[in-house]
Amino acid sequence: MSNSPIVVAHDEHNPALRHHFADMEQQREASEMGMWVFLITEIMFFGGMFLAYIVYRYLYYPAWVAGSEHMDFWWGTINTVVLICSSLTMALAVRSAQVGQRKMLVMLLIVTMLLGCVFLGIKAVEYHGHWVEHQFPGPSFHFEGPDPQHVELFFSLYWAMTGFHALHMLIGVVLVGFIAFFGWHGKYGPDYYNPVENTGLYWHFVDIVWIYLYPLLYLISHRHLH
Amino acid sequence: MVLTVVTAAASRIDLRQYSAAVALAIATTKALLVALFFMGVKYISQKMTIVVIVAGLFWLGILLVLSMTDYAWRAFG
Repeated sequence: MSNSPIVVAHDEHNPALRHHFADMEQQREASEMGMWVFLITEIMFFGGMFLAYIVYRYLYYPAWVAGSEHMDFWWGTINTVVLICSSLTMALAVRSAQVGQRKMLVMLLIVTMLLGCVFLGIKAVEYHGHWVEHQFPGPSFHFEGPDPQHVELFFSLYWAMTGFHALHMLIGVVLVGFIAFFGWHGKYGPDYYNPVENTGLYWHFVDIVWIYLYPLLYLISHRHLH
Repeated sequence: MVLTVVTAAASRIDLRQYSAAVALAIATTKALLVALFFMGVKYISQKMTIVVIVAGLFWLGILLVLSMTDYAWRAFG
């Protein structure tokens, strides 16, 4: 339970207060913890794939080096910068909600969405490149060089991990869109901004996943073919 | 905040003198900065929420460390 004094009469309260909570502060704290519990499940989700990556990298390091050399270093680096900037705009958007700046909030959320779409667009370009070079695992896979089976394994993990990450990005962009819509209609302000904050947490989490994916997938080797 | 963009730039220079440990250290620093400031971990009021986060990260640690020590001790290379 929170220690903040209840400053409104019993029958007047913030319209966003759910009745099973004693006050807004408790609701905010519950919502915050709940969001983190969800993010922990996401850590479990991605954690499994990271483990698979680490195990196979340990076992088949040369194939990992070879696979990583076929990643486009510049697209990956640009995407990393794009995502970190989008996290910045998202954090600023949460701050705007906290201080009640409605227009600023919506603008920042829209910029966040745009940056997210830029990321997805670059990913699409990369995927297309990988596809035409026969780097998608399956019957169409073809790799010139030693150990193609294990390089195919690298690419399986690449497509799976970045694919799930991109899916999370897409969901994130849609969520930010919803928040922008509600924000435009004035639903959020200094007394109630939980959804903005939670969407921010989700967005930053997806960013952190990419922060780890980037060096693991793109920066294994000195050489870069692209 | 602009620092995080700078660290992304710094990880590119790793082209020449590269090592997995350095890249991961940079990634972890970036992740910590994002977590502390953007995600507001620094300002979380409830201890319970911190317990949740630490427990989750501890779980990840177990997953990675114990699985890898298992593989490292196997006889094949």
